[in-house]
Amino acid sequence: MLRDITIGQYYPADSILHKLDPRVKLFSTFIYIISLFIFKGLSGYIFITLSLAIVIRLSKVPFSFMIRGLRSIVILLLIAAICNLLLTPGVPMFQYGFIRITKIGLENAVLMTIRMIYLIIGSSLMTLTTTPNALTDGLEKSLSGLNRFGVPVHEVSMMMSIALRFIPILIEETDKIMKAQMARGADFESGGLVKRVKSMVPLLVPLFVSAFRRASDLALAMEARCYHGGEGRTRMKPLKYHLSDYKAYVVSVLYLVIVVVLRFHRFSL
Amino acid sequence: MSIVIKDVSYKYNPGTTYEVTALDHINLEIGDGEFIGLIGHTGSGKSTLIQHLNGLLSATEGQIWYNGENIYEKNYDKQGLRTQVGMVFQYPEHQLFETTVFEDVKFGPKNQGLSDQEATLRAYEALSGVGFPDEFYDQSPFALSGGQKRRAAIAGVLAMKPAVLILDEPTAGLDPKGRDEILELIRDMHERSGNTVILVSHSMEDVAKYVNRLIVIDDGRIQFDGTPREVFENYLKLEEMGLSAPRVTYLMHRLYEAGMPVDVAVTTVSEAKQEILKVLC
Repeated sequence: MLRDITIGQYYPADSILHKLDPRVKLFSTFIYIISLFIFKGLSGYIFITLSLAIVIRLSKVPFSFMIRGLRSIVILLLIAAICNLLLTPGVPMFQYGFIRITKIGLENAVLMTIRMIYLIIGSSLMTLTTTPNALTDGLEKSLSGLNRFGVPVHEVSMMMSIALRFIPILIEETDKIMKAQMARGADFESGGLVKRVKSMVPLLVPLFVSAFRRASDLALAMEARCYHGGEGRTRMKPLKYHLSDYKAYVVSVLYLVIVVVLRFHRFSL
Repeated sequence: MSIVIKDVSYKYNPGTTYEVTALDHINLEIGDGEFIGLIGHTGSGKSTLIQHLNGLLSATEGQIWYNGENIYEKNYDKQGLRTQVGMVFQYPEHQLFETTVFEDVKFGPKNQGLSDQEATLRAYEALSGVGFPDEFYDQSPFALSGGQKRRAAIAGVLAMKPAVLILDEPTAGLDPKGRDEILELIRDMHERSGNTVILVSHSMEDVAKYVNRLIVIDDGRIQFDGTPREVFENYLKLEEMGLSAPRVTYLMHRLYEAGMPVDVAVTTVSEAKQEILKVLC
């Protein structure tokens, strides 16, 4: 049951996207997100859909994997769509009792849902093709300019990569603890809210104890190997740009330009 | 009181690219009052198999019968099954959570629906049964030593008075003295109560001394099933599976090959000693 969680899940495959520098992927994901909020009209929509389809194809990640990420936010999407549909003021297109649907509302709901779905697919495309470690490395390198303003970039990214690293371990541990308590007759599935919350105690206490123990073990192991933070720290595999990375930068910028042009062009639909 | 496992297979993540067959058509019958050692190396499927016995995992294929009842029947009381087939997991840290050892041991009986008084009684019985020193009853379970934690965890399951007791690697992480103490405790409990006990381990040496029946599992299939003597005759095949027979088995085989007419099927050091003395004198 807990194995279904897919936060930051990496899908190993041999594709152009997997080989790109994480910084490029962060940059182009950022560009992509911006484009989602500036595109307008049918031509922009078609262009974005096509681009996304091409990138998905290039990634060699099965489409079902991306859909899986969507499953968890279906309810959120529905609520957002219904609110947009019902609460947007304007000339009613359709009215039944208190339900009033306007043209703008319908448009907004559809656009909003498409944007959200594309947003999730696009960003999960990044996490599916980049290992968590590469991702935090890329983030650290991209944000290293903030060091000058006193932001501890290295520490934050180290914390992030450790947190990501421990998600699967803690999930597995939760599974084991649940089984150990179920073997003693614990019941996690039935009863009212209060009973259910109470039944979490035998699960959470061992989980927290073990998380703290792991954290202190890890800190000790890091210190034993003379870890002292980011200053003067070199990497075993430093991030280096290749020709394909520069090409990807150019493609991302071109993509953004086209989206902007499609939006402001007077022939746009 | 018996467990019958009929043609059970289990797959992790069925239907995905990560599909792994952990159990491959297992057939097994576990009789009343048996003391069984279940042996296999890491990843052989032994932990998966025992989690089927109390219904924590449900077989992808096949059936399991407990006392003549199919546990996969729709209305079967799984909660009740879990108190009948008690299971102690490898790490006591995974189950200890209360403020005191005593309260923790009471957790199982309380889940069975017993009154506080009865649960207290059960907890006393279980803790003294595992030889837990009574000055630690009111200690936090997190402050105990590894061996004591293990005892507390076993007591936590015993307090439910299960008819079958399964212990998953009860000696992992213990020093030799702690290991012998725990194993002897388990044997004593078995002799006292006559319950069925299944001891899961990857170490032959630990288990051979105590159990009457050894089941060797490898790659999701049962490879050997018999008395320790019978199983150890296949010591060369055991080696291929990444397991090893007790060291005395090797010694006796060497002696036999060197021309000494000893019985190679002895399983413990003291038996070997007597056997050698018998041949020499």
